Formats: sequence, structure tokens, C-alpha cells
Amino acid sequence: MVIFRQAFLREWRLLARQKADWLNPMMFFILVLTLFPLGVGAKPNLLVEIAPGIIWIAALLSVLLATERLFKDDYRQGTLEQLVAAQQPLLPYVLAKMLSSWCSTALPLLLMSPLIALLLGLSMPSWQAVVLTLLLGTPLLNMLAVLGAALTLSADKGGILLALLILPLYIPLLIFASAAVENASMGLSYSAQLAVLAAMLCLALALVPLAVLKALKINVG
Amino acid sequence: MLRCALFFSESAGIVFSATQLTCVRQDRILFEALDLRLAAGELLQIGGKNGAGKTSLLRILAGLTAPDEGELLWQGQPLHDSDFSRQLCYIGHLSGVQPQLTALENLAFWRAAFALKTADDFQLLALLGLAGLEDIPCQMLSAGQQRRVSLARLWLTSATLWILDEPFTALDQSAIAVLQQQFGQHLAKGGSIILTTHQPLSQHFPQARLLELVYRW
Amino acid sequence: MFKWLDPYAKPQTLYRLCGLWYPWLMAAAVLVLLLSTLWGLAFTPADYQQGDSYRIIHIHVPAAIWSMGAYSSMAIAALIALVWQVKAAQWAVGAIAPIGAVFTLIALFTGMAWGKPMWGTWWVWDARLTSELILLFLYLGVMALAGAFADRQTGAKVSAVLALVGVVNLPIIHFSVEWWNTLHQGATITKFAKPSIDASMLWPLLLGIVGFGLLLAALTCLRLRTAILENEQHRPWVRQLCQQLTAPQVRASRESADA
Repeated sequence: MVIFRQAFLREWRLLARQKADWLNPMMFFILVLTLFPLGVGAKPNLLVEIAPGIIWIAALLSVLLATERLFKDDYRQGTLEQLVAAQQPLLPYVLAKMLSSWCSTALPLLLMSPLIALLLGLSMPSWQAVVLTLLLGTPLLNMLAVLGAALTLSADKGGILLALLILPLYIPLLIFASAAVENASMGLSYSAQLAVLAAMLCLALALVPLAVLKALKINVG
Repeated sequence: MLRCALFFSESAGIVFSATQLTCVRQDRILFEALDLRLAAGELLQIGGKNGAGKTSLLRILAGLTAPDEGELLWQGQPLHDSDFSRQLCYIGHLSGVQPQLTALENLAFWRAAFALKTADDFQLLALLGLAGLEDIPCQMLSAGQQRRVSLARLWLTSATLWILDEPFTALDQSAIAVLQQQFGQHLAKGGSIILTTHQPLSQHFPQARLLELVYRW
Repeated sequence: MFKWLDPYAKPQTLYRLCGLWYPWLMAAAVLVLLLSTLWGLAFTPADYQQGDSYRIIHIHVPAAIWSMGAYSSMAIAALIALVWQVKAAQWAVGAIAPIGAVFTLIALFTGMAWGKPMWGTWWVWDARLTSELILLFLYLGVMALAGAFADRQTGAKVSAVLALVGVVNLPIIHFSVEWWNTLHQGATITKFAKPSIDASMLWPLLLGIVGFGLLLAALTCLRLRTAILENEQHRPWVRQLCQQLTAPQVRASRESADA
């Protein structure tokens, strides 16, 4: 617990000192959102139809971009190999990294959701659904991105490879999250989709940290 | 094949042993069938030319990499079954210092992560010649100063086995003297050290053993 | 529990065993596949609904089944590699991946070939086809990851972790795509789903499934042998083998050059 707190504090300090790490993905998200109306046309009914998909694709891309650097600094400086050699601190460290990266990527998205609702012309129920799916879905998205970052840690060509690996795994989340928002915009209940998202999140919470630990040990060793 | 120059000192009980270690990196055999024994209170130096496999051997001994063949025992137990990782302080070639954080913040993180002793950090950093530099980001320190911050762990750890990869890199004479003194205290308390270095050790540590790795094509 | 398998995991033994099995597996695969393909394509009656175009199922269905079977085999190899630290298993992951990817491609292309007469277009976002496409991406991901590292062994181990992550995701992806498809496409009647199939058409299909399975096994043996040689090239037995296989004149000239 102490290790988790100190590791989280460390991440928080680093985020405060390197604001680009979380500001840039936020701007990237808004820019991608803006590209879609520019590309497909800004008709309001068209936008309402594709809004759920756009939001979740933009969220995916910005989280992937942001998480790529997650372990790289510690790997290059040697912190990671010291932690792997000591073994005990590794799991709290990984959990602290996951929480801090969620805070730095997903919290801004949540806070920006009114802006998103404005840009895409979402109704109130749709916006509520967006917030709920972001709450449930971004932890899962973040965990997948952390897994990708851990897998590609010592790879020669990191960036695009991380996206290639994580995108297929992200598809169920995309399907259910955008379906939930779509249902909300039509006035239908979407609690089933939320339940599935919650189930996927629970599964990920149980399995992903273990996979991340293994991937880190392989990359450092 | 491997050539070992062993100067046998009196062993006060073997705490760490490695048998038949083989390491293959990128289809090249660095060393094979290597045997190693370390007793409490002993200093073992791994020597050899660049590229001979010293760092790879240290990483295998620290449990970071699995050897392609061979076995490692800590106090008679396989590494993973014992409390080896708690008794180990490993400082590799890279310093482990996060440049955006200050020396104090780095120490605070290491204290939690590696269960280090609480101590007066200011006093410790002053001992290491970093008085007045405690609360500036480490990226503003020189390489030698950053190395001193990373070595501060050695004063705070209760680990019995130290595995250090080129600890004297970038250090000036005064820092080297302080470090050698700390090594001496650790050995006197029954701890053991395995290290690689290009510094001559025989003057300060006449009882040190040397394991020489030969470069293999 | 599996201690008796340990000697078989030694690369040299495995190399020899795969070399023994390969000719038989390959011969059997070719035979069975020829039989099932010819039988299915030429000698079964035409379907009353679809005419002759349904015949592609004799290639499509076995390829699709074994594309998923290959992924499961890859995942089992990955599990063995990570849990029991068996080197040969992590090389097996890299051996199976391209074979599975090609099976997936065959399933996709034959699916498209079936779809053209059925729906009038080459590609439709049908649940099955979309799942196969995602499976292809998973295979490509494993292959790309393995090749992205300077140290081949690290790449093999990391791609093993990815293969395991993928196998857990596979059912989730499959069912969510199916759910998505029924949602967006309504009631699309696909004869892919559960063909109530006549016995005369069933036998060549079953033979095709067996044939593709044999082909997977044969090709895996071949690729695993190559992987073993590649990864063990520093060992004396590999050097001896290479020496034996070198043409005598080349060997003689090398020896005289060394001398």
C-alpha cells in the first residue's frame, strides 16, 4: 500500500512537471473529433448518428498515443530493472501506473464531455450515456493500452505496433460502448450494454495486471 | 573456454552459488558451464573485456534474466523459493534516477519501493557531496552527481547481497573513496558484493576474488 | 505431472521427431485434401437452393475451423512456453502463426467467393466474415510483435503473451461481433450459420476438416524444425548437421582455407 501511494505520488509529480504528457492527447482528441464533421459533412442528423462511434474512436487513438510513453522512461533510466530485480514492488508500481495514466487520459475526457456534446449536437440523454460509458469504458481502454505499452517496451519500432496489437482487442469495447450511446439517443434503455462493459472491466481488472507484469519481466530480462 | 582466476579466501559459509550457467545472446554463446560460489563477507569482481558478457552475467545473478542453462541457489534454495529478492540490492549500469524528480523525491520513492531504512536524507546526501543540491531536478545534476544519488541506496539498504554494475562510473576520487569505505563496512558486517569495474580493487580490498570472462567469438 | 514429456521438449529430440512425422503427415494431408476437394467440387449433387456455388464450403469451412484451431494450438504452445519455460514451445508459437494467418486468408477469400453469388457483393459485414478479419489482425499482430525485437528470444516470449491475451479475447470478440451484426443487419439469412446438410455433402466436408488439420500439423512440423535450427545454431549438433549437409567440395575447400 505504501509502495502504491509513493509510486502514484511519483507519477502525479511527473505529470505535473511534464504537462505535455496529458495536454497533448487532450488536444489530439478534440482535433480528431473535429476532423470527422470536416470529412463526412456537418449535417446534424448525420453527426448524431455517427457521434457514438466518433467519440470512442477518438478516445482510443488519444489514449493509445498517451500511453506509449508510460514505461519507456523508467525502462531507459534503469528504474524498471531495479524494480523487477526486487520483485515485490512491481505489482503496486504497475497498478499506480494504470491509475495515474487513467487520471491523465480519461479524466480530461470526462471533463470535456460537455464540449463534445456541444460539438456533435448530442441530446441530454445521449450525453449522460456518453459520460457513463466513458466512466466504465476508459478504465478498460486504459488497461489495454498499458498492456500494449508493456508488450512493446523494448521493441525497436514501438508506436504503430502498439496500436496494431491493441486495436483488435478493443473492438468489443467499441461495439458495446457506441451501441449504448446510440440506444440512449433513440430513447431506449442501455443498461444491458453497460452491464456488459462492467463485466469486461471486471475480467480485465483480474487478468491484465498479471499479463502486464509478465510482459515487463520479459522485456527487462 | 572459460578461464577462472580464483584466489581462495577463507569462506565463512557459502551464501550464493551458481552452477553450470550458460548464456546465449543473439546466437552467440557468451559463457557456458560457469560455476560460481560466494561466501558471506566476500567481494567478487567480474572482469573481462567489453562484450565478454559481464553485464549479462550480473543480470543472471540478480535474477533478472533466466540463464539458458544452469541453476542459482541462495542459501541453498532456488532463487524464487527463497527471500533472495528481498536480500538483494541491484544497481545496474543505468542509474535508476528519474531526471524530472529531485534527489529527495527519488529517495522517497526508493524508500517505499525497496523497503529502505528511514534516515536523515539531507545528512546522507551531504555525505555523498550533494549538499545544497537536494531539491533541484536531477536532470540539472552532472552524470557523476546523478550516479551518487543512485548509490545513496547502498547506505539505506538492509540487503545482504549487493550486485553492482560499474558502480564507480563517472565518480571522482573523493566519491570513490566514500564508496569504497561503504563497501568495507558492508563486508565487515557479513554482507557480500559482486561487482564489475575497471578500477583496480586490490589495494583497498586485498581479499577480493576475480572471475575473468574471456571474450568468445 | 508432465515430467515424462520433458525429454521430448529437448530441441534436438524434437527436431528428429518432427522430421520423422513430417513426410507421413504431409502425404496424408495431400491425399485427404485431394479426395475431399475433388469429391466436394465435382461429385456431390448441387444444392437445390444455391446451385453449384455452395461447393466452396468444402474449402471454406475447414479453413475457417482450423484458422481458429491454429490459434488455439498457438495459445496452448504459448501457455507451455510461459508456464513451464519450454523454449521449443515459444518457437512453436512463431511457427504456427503464419500458417494460421494463411488459413484465415483462405477462409476470407473463399467466403468472399461464396458471398458474390449469394449477396451480389464481394464483401459484407457479416458476423462470421468480420470475426475472421479480426482473427487475421490478431495473427498479424503476433507475427509483427515477434519480429519487432532485436533479441529473437524476447520477441518470441512477448508474442506468446500476446497470443494468450488474444485467446482470452477471441470468444469475447466473436460474440460481440455477432451481437453487433444482428443489431445492425437485422435478419440476414446466412446459409453459413447452420446448414442443414445432406449426408452426401457432409462426408467430403468432414474429410476436408481432417485434411486441413493434417496440413496444419505437417506444416507446423516443418516450420518448427526450421525454427529449432535457427534458434540453436550455436549448438554443436547443429554445426555438425550443417557440416554434413554441406557439399563435399565446399567442405574440402573450407577445410583447406582454415588450415
